[in-house]
Amino acid sequence: MDAVTANLDQYWRGFLTTLELTALSSALALAAGTVLAAMRVSPVPPLRAAGTAYVEIVRNTPLTVVFFFVVFVLPQVDIRLGFFVFAVIAVSAYHAAFFCEAVRSGINAVAAGQAEAARSIGLTFAQSLRLVILPQAFRTVIPPLISVVIALAKNTSIAAAFGTVELTAVGIRLANANGDAVLPLLGGIALCYLVITLPAGWLAGALERRVAFVS
Amino acid sequence: MSVPALYDAAGPRGRRRIAAGSAVGVAVIGALLALAAARLAGKGAFDAELWRVLTRGDVQRLLGRGLLATLQAAGIAMALSIGLGALLAVGRLSRRDWVARPAGAWVQLFRGLPLLLLIFFVFLGLPRLGLDVPTRRALIIGLTLYNSAVIGEIFRAGILSLPRGQTEAAFAIGLGRGQTLRLILLPQAVRRMLPALVSQLVTLLKDTSLGFVIGYTELLRNGRSGVEFLGGRYSIPIYTGIAVAYIAVNASLSATARLLDRSTRRRYGRAVQRTLADEAA
Repeated sequence: MDAVTANLDQYWRGFLTTLELTALSSALALAAGTVLAAMRVSPVPPLRAAGTAYVEIVRNTPLTVVFFFVVFVLPQVDIRLGFFVFAVIAVSAYHAAFFCEAVRSGINAVAAGQAEAARSIGLTFAQSLRLVILPQAFRTVIPPLISVVIALAKNTSIAAAFGTVELTAVGIRLANANGDAVLPLLGGIALCYLVITLPAGWLAGALERRVAFVS
Repeated sequence: MSVPALYDAAGPRGRRRIAAGSAVGVAVIGALLALAAARLAGKGAFDAELWRVLTRGDVQRLLGRGLLATLQAAGIAMALSIGLGALLAVGRLSRRDWVARPAGAWVQLFRGLPLLLLIFFVFLGLPRLGLDVPTRRALIIGLTLYNSAVIGEIFRAGILSLPRGQTEAAFAIGLGRGQTLRLILLPQAVRRMLPALVSQLVTLLKDTSLGFVIGYTELLRNGRSGVEFLGGRYSIPIYTGIAVAYIAVNASLSATARLLDRSTRRRYGRAVQRTLADEAA
């Protein structure tokens, strides 16, 4: 236990880095994912195809491979940024596909009559999406969005292998430095993750029960 | 379900607008791709010499061995996760608290932690308890801890998705709880959750790439060794080759899942859906 209490400052810094990485990447990925979802439901075939291609490619690629492309391939074309920025790029690029699917399933969940009514009063595609569909879609889509954010928070741990000193990296570093206290040290890290993921999961569950359409 | 309701079949003006939108869309996407291509070409990324590295026998053997190691670790972890997941599902549905609670805690705990952390728990932690864990075993145990929890929930959702009448009818003809589960519920549940299960297996296969972090010589690790040996400029062809290999294996598994989903829905009613969060993780 002493090894844990002696390194509380490192835990705290790791925790903050994980939170920062999660918040920044979630915001970027949500924005990109919403654009991708709009592309995938639009009547314009090339945009639909591009959105679908992006989602299908990313879904079948491990996040680790995405990190490889960002961290090792971008410098080959003279794009050199800090490890943290690289991590934000890789995590956002990967999760944008999942945010897209969450938003799209929300759009699909809005009753067809809503879109038909919007059209019949003369709204254009963009207007009916903005004024009628999306406000309702966001209601049903919040629980799945939170779940994707939880997954994203857990996945930021992979940044540990690519130079970002977040929670997992702190854990590995401390465990290697204090061979006699590996389990309590990593257990502390696990606790930090659970502090993020468990309440978020309960929140998503509670919201899901509240907004569920009665069918 | 698609969203045909979002717009009418286009009239003449609508068709013109869609054509204009298509042109702009193609122009923008094309411009972005061209920009990236120009940047890459400027660095000689399209030189035939660079890409010929993928035809070299030693590189192919290195990546082939890596792919084999990836598939091996994935295969073993899949079998273990499915077995353990089935036990966890039955455990969580048990009437006995001392069975249901630990099974529930297992699922909550291991689903809430990053897989990489679990792998390090096994890799750095178990040797402290006097157990010898080579990298492959650490990877497989980590994958199994995590995926057994997710797959357990898929099984449980499959069983719970069945109409109550199935259980009631089974009790009415005098079957016990165990018999009902084994003879009536499980055979039907398996068909409903097969699509979700297969897509979770895709995620598991993707996650074997974390073995690279602890030094298990799977596809990605071998690719990295290759690039370190040949030089950084070969990272583009080699990592592209690796990405294509992952996408090919996973896309064929996903296609199987979709086929299963379609035939399942036709014959056995609505299939259990897996959450996006499980897929992203």
